[in-house]
Amino acid sequence: MDQIFNYPDLWADALIGTLLLFFGGGLIALVLGFIVGAMRVSPIPIARSVGAVYVNWIRNTPLTLILFFMAFAVPLLVPVPRGSYLPLAILGLGLYTATYVAETLRSGINTVPVGQAEAARALGMGFGQVMGLVVLPQAARSVIPPMMSVFIALLKNTTVAAGFSVVNLGAIRANMSEKGENQLITILLVMVVFVVLVLILAGIQRIFENKWRVAR
Amino acid sequence: MSSVLYDVPGPRAQVRNRILGAATILVVLGILAFVVWRFWATGQFTAQKWAVFSYSAIWVRFAEATLATLTAFASAAVGALVLGFVLAIGRLSDHAWVRVPFTWIIEILRAIPVLVFMLLLYYGLPVIGVKLPSYWAVVIALVVYNGSVLAEVLRAGVESLPRGQREAGYAIGLRKSGVMMLILLPQAIRSMMPVIVSQLVVTLKDTALGFIITYPELLYFAKLLGSNAQYGSPLIPAALIAGAIYIAMCLVLSYVAYVLERRLKRSQHSPRAVDPLHHPVGDGTDTELIALQKRGGKFDQGGS
Repeated sequence: MDQIFNYPDLWADALIGTLLLFFGGGLIALVLGFIVGAMRVSPIPIARSVGAVYVNWIRNTPLTLILFFMAFAVPLLVPVPRGSYLPLAILGLGLYTATYVAETLRSGINTVPVGQAEAARALGMGFGQVMGLVVLPQAARSVIPPMMSVFIALLKNTTVAAGFSVVNLGAIRANMSEKGENQLITILLVMVVFVVLVLILAGIQRIFENKWRVAR
Repeated sequence: MSSVLYDVPGPRAQVRNRILGAATILVVLGILAFVVWRFWATGQFTAQKWAVFSYSAIWVRFAEATLATLTAFASAAVGALVLGFVLAIGRLSDHAWVRVPFTWIIEILRAIPVLVFMLLLYYGLPVIGVKLPSYWAVVIALVVYNGSVLAEVLRAGVESLPRGQREAGYAIGLRKSGVMMLILLPQAIRSMMPVIVSQLVVTLKDTALGFIITYPELLYFAKLLGSNAQYGSPLIPAALIAGAIYIAMCLVLSYVAYVLERRLKRSQHSPRAVDPLHHPVGDGTDTELIALQKRGGKFDQGGS
């Protein structure tokens, strides 16, 4: 514990770095994931295939490679200010997580029986009403628990950015070893922090799951 | 084709869909054009950047690096499956003193990022005098993480089976281990096969984390080659080729998962969910039903 109290700034910076990556990446993933997810269930064949290619390619690429590309290749291609790797890492995490968000949305929508929408259309509801009153409320119930799992994975994935010298909890080991501190204890403390953060998210997930369990 | 989201399109919807399709093509072409322009403007298409890939020696090195990735993946996959079974059986134990610790172990191991575990093994353990090669740090971290995830998958598979399966096993005189080994696990593995293979895809992708702890795998070689000034630092070509190899390997595995899932859906032997009509008192079994009726016939809908 002394390690935390002796270097409060270092740990605070690391935690802020992790949270920035988590919330920034999560925001990009949600926005992009919604767009791609909508493309994958749209009636437009070309949009469906574009969405499918994006999801299949990015999902089968290691996150390490995506962040590698962001760290080493993107600065060669596009002029970026020096030392601005954090936004690129956030973008990389967002691009990667968006595929999972899109797939979760798609499978959530697929759990709604077609008859539900057909019945709604038979009642004379328009597209907006079918979506807003019938399909989406049912899909949301089966989407939210797996969506929380996606975000738990995102939280754990933020550490990968540490391999490319972004300040976060995964990178604190290198800082502490420069100060001559015991690395083993540092890493164990990082593990404890992650277990606590993940258990908090898992607890929220459980509450949602119990609240929105589908009664079919 | 009818879907939950939209009806068969009429004439107006068809026109609108065509316009949206054209817009999609335009946006995608715009993004591609931007990427190609940046590649061209920074000289990524020059022969100098790609010349190195005309040497067969480089491709041999690529093959070796891919082999290193696959070796780590194969060891990790086998280890994770074994650990997954052990943890799942402990998690499903009838004795609370076995079940509770296993539950906690699985929950905690699943919560630790793989990279942090690798760092612990590679940089942390030397503090107490244990020096692991980077290969073992990669494999052990992957085994521990994916093993605990697979344990949860197998548990979910066992728990999703109809309870009559277990009871039938006991009824024909099998012991606990027999019921687990001969009846529950084979069916759970069957129904969870697609999920298990998808988790193996994750394992394959996570071997790339070895790059960070200097395990000489595919990505590590791409970086090595890409920063070689003698060859004109072909970093982007090297990263693209490494990416293509990763995507190809993972797509093959993902396709296996997809085929398994489709076959499972078609198969008649797959364990089906309990027929709700057959069990008027929630998700109980026939035995429970009879016991309930004997106790005074309190039919309490939904409570069991």
